[in-house]
Amino acid sequence: MRDEKKPRLLKISILRFDPHDPEDVPHMETFEVEESDGMTLYIVLNEIREHHDNSLKFDFVCRAGICGSCSMLVNGRPTLACRTLTSKLGEHITLAPLPLFELIGDLSIYTGKWMRYLNEHLETWIHDKEKEVAFDKLEERMEPALADEIYELDRCVECGCCVAGCGTIQMRPSFTGAVGLNKIARYHLDPRDKRSDEEYYELIGDEDGIFGCMTLLGCEDVCPKDLPLQSKIAYLRRMMIKTSMKN
Amino acid sequence: MKNRKIDKTPARLDFIQSTTGLILGVFIMGHILFESSILISNEMMYKVTIMFEGYYFFGETYPSIISFLAGAISIIFILHAGVALKKFPNNYRQHKIMRDHVLAMKHEDTSLWVVQIMTGFIMLFIGSVHLYTMMAEPSNIGPYASSHRVVHEHMWPLYFLLLLSVVSHAFIGLYRLALKWGFMEGKNTKESRKRFKFLMKSLIVIYIVIGSLSLMKYIYIGYTTDCEAGERYKSTTIQMKAH
Repeated sequence: MRDEKKPRLLKISILRFDPHDPEDVPHMETFEVEESDGMTLYIVLNEIREHHDNSLKFDFVCRAGICGSCSMLVNGRPTLACRTLTSKLGEHITLAPLPLFELIGDLSIYTGKWMRYLNEHLETWIHDKEKEVAFDKLEERMEPALADEIYELDRCVECGCCVAGCGTIQMRPSFTGAVGLNKIARYHLDPRDKRSDEEYYELIGDEDGIFGCMTLLGCEDVCPKDLPLQSKIAYLRRMMIKTSMKN
Repeated sequence: MKNRKIDKTPARLDFIQSTTGLILGVFIMGHILFESSILISNEMMYKVTIMFEGYYFFGETYPSIISFLAGAISIIFILHAGVALKKFPNNYRQHKIMRDHVLAMKHEDTSLWVVQIMTGFIMLFIGSVHLYTMMAEPSNIGPYASSHRVVHEHMWPLYFLLLLSVVSHAFIGLYRLALKWGFMEGKNTKESRKRFKFLMKSLIVIYIVIGSLSLMKYIYIGYTTDCEAGERYKSTTIQMKAH
């Protein structure tokens, strides 16, 4: 018989608060869960909801790091709960909702609202400047390397980890953050987007945009999709300086 | 497409912050090395001093060159501080949020930013004192004159604190500058960043060691030599006319 070790008893401390209950105040609550093989925080939270407290609020959809719903602070660092193995963590694990976003309750946050505002503000869609879209016209060809590069940046799932990991945006909430800058880099690469450099400059050429970034690189280090944020932010900075030096 | 009128000021301010930082960073790397010539010999330090006073170009020394250089560095220093001050937390709420964020994240590059803010703040004061001294008394540099200032004018605690602040601020800043602009980032930014970070940490240690040893040597000379304020070192190889 295989020599099996006794499973660990995990102590999961969760920051709990229901903003809709006027009586409630933010407080920590600790649950004990027995660890199993290949356990992720997704499994832990479901276990707590099933066996300990069915009022616990948290978000999940895909369980596979694709939807970006389960972002939370794990021991103070933003990450996706479904991709976090408990075996990589100590016995005592602290969970808290991501800061800055509207709190729905406990670990559940409304990232969608924040992201929608961001996307509308930065106009993150193709601007082709044609009055009428010709549906029978063939789309312009694109080099595969460029298509790959665009696709790489399109992998962002808007989980909000880069926002929660950024000291700059915590301090100054009007800052765009890596998620927005990454989108601008993506549309700037796309030859179908006909916006001029000056138009891009108007979107992010100030201290709420690219020049507010203090290169703390929290975004780069916590992004669960490993997006090349450091390099794209540097690219935008060079591009914006170039634009400002034109004319 | 017509070009819109864009506000170039934010871009200029960012560029000024980076370029003044780069100049000051490179300057300090040279400054501390030249200063450490005292570790080789008094004669070596003397030669470096008169080189900056123009001896090898004009055949005589002009300490006013040092005043001019110190003035130029002061202007760059003030410009850098002026634009970089915008990055400081500007109220208690921002300060508290940042402190909590740093403590919770335990993220090295974010924590290093706190070091930059603190050392930057310290240098606003002691850096200014040092620059003013250099502008006002440019001729009081040399193996004896500097030692006298370090010991008998009680400058060594200030110089030591300045050394720690300036070295960490400069190298963390240069590291951040490289990442900020994508300097030599290569295909794999994780790799290049690791290399830059290693370089940054090594240079901080090396410069603090060199700087501290030089300072100790000046302190030693200050205590063991009976040097009057302003008395110049008598070179064994270079005979200079009195001026």
